[in-house]
Amino acid sequence: MRGNQWREYLWIVAVGVALIVALPSAIDTYTLTVLLVYAMLGLSLGLIWGFGGILCFGQAAFFGLGAYAYAISAINFGESTIPMLIAIIVPAAFAAILGAMMFYGRLADVYLGVITLVVTLIFYRFMNSTAGPEYMIGSARLGGFNGIPGFQTLNVPGYPDFYVWGDSLYYVVAVALLLVFLLVTWLLGSSFGRIAVGIRESETRMSLMGYDVRARKTVLFTVGAAIAGLSGAFFANWAEIVTPGLFSLPQSAEIIIWCIVGGLGTRIGPMVGAAGLSYLKFLLGQQSLVDNTLITGLILVLFVLFLPRGLVPAIVSVAGRVLTRRNRPSRRLRVRRAANG
Amino acid sequence: MDLAAVILVEIVYAIASLVLISAGLAIVFGMMKVINLAHGEFMMLGGYVTITAVKAGVNIFLAMILIAPLVVGAIGLIVERLVIRHLYGRLVDTMLATWGLSLFFVGGVTMIFGNTTTGISTPIPGFPIGGYQVNGYNFFIILVSIILVIAMYAVLKGTRIGLIARGTMQRADMAAALGYSPDRVYMATFFVGSALSGLAGAVLAPLVGLVPSSGGAYIAKAFITVIAGGPALVAGLLSSAGFFGLVNQAFAFALSPVVGEVALLISAVILLRVLPQGITTRFFRGRL
Repeated sequence: MRGNQWREYLWIVAVGVALIVALPSAIDTYTLTVLLVYAMLGLSLGLIWGFGGILCFGQAAFFGLGAYAYAISAINFGESTIPMLIAIIVPAAFAAILGAMMFYGRLADVYLGVITLVVTLIFYRFMNSTAGPEYMIGSARLGGFNGIPGFQTLNVPGYPDFYVWGDSLYYVVAVALLLVFLLVTWLLGSSFGRIAVGIRESETRMSLMGYDVRARKTVLFTVGAAIAGLSGAFFANWAEIVTPGLFSLPQSAEIIIWCIVGGLGTRIGPMVGAAGLSYLKFLLGQQSLVDNTLITGLILVLFVLFLPRGLVPAIVSVAGRVLTRRNRPSRRLRVRRAANG
Repeated sequence: MDLAAVILVEIVYAIASLVLISAGLAIVFGMMKVINLAHGEFMMLGGYVTITAVKAGVNIFLAMILIAPLVVGAIGLIVERLVIRHLYGRLVDTMLATWGLSLFFVGGVTMIFGNTTTGISTPIPGFPIGGYQVNGYNFFIILVSIILVIAMYAVLKGTRIGLIARGTMQRADMAAALGYSPDRVYMATFFVGSALSGLAGAVLAPLVGLVPSSGGAYIAKAFITVIAGGPALVAGLLSSAGFFGLVNQAFAFALSPVVGEVALLISAVILLRVLPQGITTRFFRGRL
């Protein structure tokens, strides 16, 4: 068991490093950076929805909160190391409070969806209305619908004049994504992750077995928000501006679409869905024949109708069927494979 | 005194418009337990149908009350047959599919009408109450909402169709055993729900500058009102619309319109935390 886990980590690092080196020859690093940022955001919802069964309609709230927390603190501190930490801590703390409020109230399903959606909308409305000069945090103006431009972007820790941008920003984001992926893999392999999957399957059973479902869901929700916050901070560094649009309804919708298209209950799926669909959107944005939103909507409807489990599980099951024809693994192995994704 | 009258009108108007924008969603959710996230886009389509019809020379009231509901209802019927019908009983999947539909409609309307603001002027002039000017059209919206609620109650309570609908709502399998195909009932319900969304969008169209993404402004409010209302159709709609309309306008008058909006959203979060299944699981139980 233990050996298997190490072998998995090694595989992830090997494939990850190979991809980090190989990808820039296919797509330019500027576009690639934002694709990886979105992949991290997709992974954050994939973790809490796919493995914890928490359908959060407001993952964009944590993304936006991370971006805003970074921008505001970067202006105040004039360097980027502490702001990066703040951008993780603020969304996580907020998610812990919100999650505790929802899960200790035993809210689930639609009701959870409504509350997370509403919270995102509150941020959107509030941030849009902060155009006046009286809305200041430290020396940072919130700027209303114009957003916050001109904050200190990522720099080498300790040297505020050595900026990390362009190609180096890509490598930093890529390594960060790899680390987050390893963290998620470790979390899901631990007993905490297994119990989280158990809660997704049957909350009643897990609580009857003596696990504190509410606390565990809150913790998982918080971890997801922390990852979303980190991706938000990277997005702020890439875009060099943060606007209330980060909190908007289409942004939330998109994250959910990535997870559905990529495949729930897998770690790779939401990342592939996020990067793939964002790249598709980027390509479609270069033509004006068909509207972009129309295609996004069509993709979502078609996937829900015909491929509700998503791309990655579908490919895995097809590949599995082809492989098993040659040498059929034991049933237990197949079940475990399906569970691990 | 004049100010009190104006505030009263504004509060009643806020409640009436919440009832109007939520009615279509409430019927679909109450009957079929389907959350139609394309509801806002149905309203947006109703608005566009009205504007197109008016520009083609049709009388504005005819366009709003008759043409828009019929056209949007027909679109809803197509959507139900093609998509929703396959997803009954899968709450989350229907939400996602209808979300996809909403994006699809936004994209489609953008391609046809372009991403610009269109609008028509209100057909009813304003008039003064004391030193304040009041929008006469607000009274039309209040009137439409009152007629709508009475009609909903009368149809559900007093007619044979309403009886079948209520029966299907409570026990779909029993209704099926008695010979009423739930499939047909759901189809009709979705038609009525979409038509009401179209009506709401049409009636509100003269008040807003319409853009393809206008639907997004309605869906959150409608969603909150319906979920907070709970299982009873008419009582839930009225109680939650009353509550939210009051909170919204009270804060809007005391502080600012933005604070009013935010207060509405925060009160929704608190309300759902306290009464997670909606208002009508605690009060007005077993009512319609």
